[in-house]
Amino acid sequence: MLLSGDPPRGRILSAMLATIVAVLAVAPFLFPSTRALAVAERIAILIVLTASYDMLLGYTGIVSFAHTMFFGMGAYGVAIALTRFGAGWGQVVIGALAGMLLAIVVAAIVGLLSLRVRAIFFAMITLAVASFAQILASTMRDWTGGEDGLTFEVPKTLTSAFRLGGGYNGNLVTYYLIFTVAAVLFLFLLRVVNSPMGRVLQAIRENEFRAEALGLRTLWYRTLAGAIAAAAASLAGSLLALQLRYTGPDATLSFSLMVDILLIVVIGGMGTLYGAIVGATIMTMAQYYLQPAMGGLANAFSGVPLMQAVLDPDRWLLWLGLLFIAIVYFFPTGIVGRLRTP
Amino acid sequence: MSIVLETRDLSVHFGGHVAVDGVSCAFDRGILTAIVGPNGAGKSTYFNLISGQLRATAGAVLLEGRDLTALSAPKRTQLGLGRAFQLTNLFPSLTVLENVRLAFQARLGPGLDFLTMAISHSELHDRAVACLERVKLQTRATFPAAALPHGDQRKLEVAILLALDPLVFMFDEPTAGMSVDEVPTILDLIEEIREQRDKTILLVEHKMEVVRRLADRVIVLHQGKLVADGAPAAVVASTIVQEAYLGVAHV
Repeated sequence: MLLSGDPPRGRILSAMLATIVAVLAVAPFLFPSTRALAVAERIAILIVLTASYDMLLGYTGIVSFAHTMFFGMGAYGVAIALTRFGAGWGQVVIGALAGMLLAIVVAAIVGLLSLRVRAIFFAMITLAVASFAQILASTMRDWTGGEDGLTFEVPKTLTSAFRLGGGYNGNLVTYYLIFTVAAVLFLFLLRVVNSPMGRVLQAIRENEFRAEALGLRTLWYRTLAGAIAAAAASLAGSLLALQLRYTGPDATLSFSLMVDILLIVVIGGMGTLYGAIVGATIMTMAQYYLQPAMGGLANAFSGVPLMQAVLDPDRWLLWLGLLFIAIVYFFPTGIVGRLRTP
Repeated sequence: MSIVLETRDLSVHFGGHVAVDGVSCAFDRGILTAIVGPNGAGKSTYFNLISGQLRATAGAVLLEGRDLTALSAPKRTQLGLGRAFQLTNLFPSLTVLENVRLAFQARLGPGLDFLTMAISHSELHDRAVACLERVKLQTRATFPAAALPHGDQRKLEVAILLALDPLVFMFDEPTAGMSVDEVPTILDLIEEIREQRDKTILLVEHKMEVVRRLADRVIVLHQGKLVADGAPAAVVASTIVQEAYLGVAHV
């Protein structure tokens, strides 16, 4: 029921997902360090962001480069509300809702454009719209703080000044707020892709021509899928704003984040939704821990000339790239696609 | 008898080439009309114009008196035009059952339903299974459509059409590429729909024995034009058909 009748299928995969979710569920107690908690929070947020993207790319077959724009709308919504009107829960809710509403409206407009343009041309339009949003965020200094972004106070309950006893504080509240909202959103998306509407989205991916011949108005469904994905991405952005207490163009709108989302979906497995969980975990862990791990290895090989150069921590992106190429090569359907029993 | 579907001076040009040239024809309820003609005569194009995959250059398509010419393919399907395709046209990685269920779902209209589980719609499920039983595919329900042999894919195509339950059934060479022992399943099914006498059936068909068995009426297209129209025996015997179409086979 909770999984919408779409369990992971496959023993290894179920174990892997159960481990990730279980560790995330108790992360603050397993890893008390601030950095580890930030990693866990980022994983939870990225899961929602990439799962919503998977609904577009993997389920509906829509290639969009504007997903970070919707992520940014949620983040800026909360950031602007908190900056302008002070640190209260009402502001958080209003900011998140306003960002989400804007995301839905913009997604609907962009979605309607797909009536005229298809596939690669649609992707180009989303790229243009996303660039435009990025420029707006950088130039509307009064509202967005420009390139510097916005730094703001969050409600006191979410800060370390809020004591919980046992050495725990508001950071724990922040974590569980993020974890809970992310879990609810993921389960919601899982429900959507397994609903009658979700089947239509798959039908559009498989054979849009046939879907139309069945009497399905594909434009309507594509637009609806875009709006739902945008709303979820926007809420993920709001969570990020609360986590970082900061929002800027690089944190939410950057093209490199868009590439990360694409990589996560492809590595995790397109059209599975569970791929977002596996992919976001691997990606975030690699980004946070590959560089230090390589530093350790480089020291261990300090006597060996070539090894030291190859393992230099500054070359971590090289290894990350190789890791991704290996995954895509050996698991063309993604990790989840590979592990899933048909 | 009442006219269900009608085309008036229906034409389409591709550049200088006139693929369908001023075809006016009315189709009555309960009648199976076979559309014959040599390759390239414009039969499939005529179908595309009726079902909306192609827009006409001139002329009109009317369904129960309503002008469909400006409407999109999905809208025409919703109004009762059901089309099976010549080249198998399915959702390859969805299961056989889901292929049929989508057709039922499409009939239920615009789906804002994104919060219930597709698998829990037992009525849709049962009806889809019933359709699969009619084409004898129920044992394959959980296979991906792409995994079916060609003949079964053709059957699935027909099952989808049954699920749509249209006013007008349009079959485009439904038995093409099927093995001899599979053909009767499909032909029996088409005959069954015909015998109910409440549906209008259009059948593009090359095989003369199929036409003789099923058709109440035959029209002949040649170079985009309607060149003959009448009872099967008379049309097949007429000189113009012998020249235009059958002549090729009888040389």
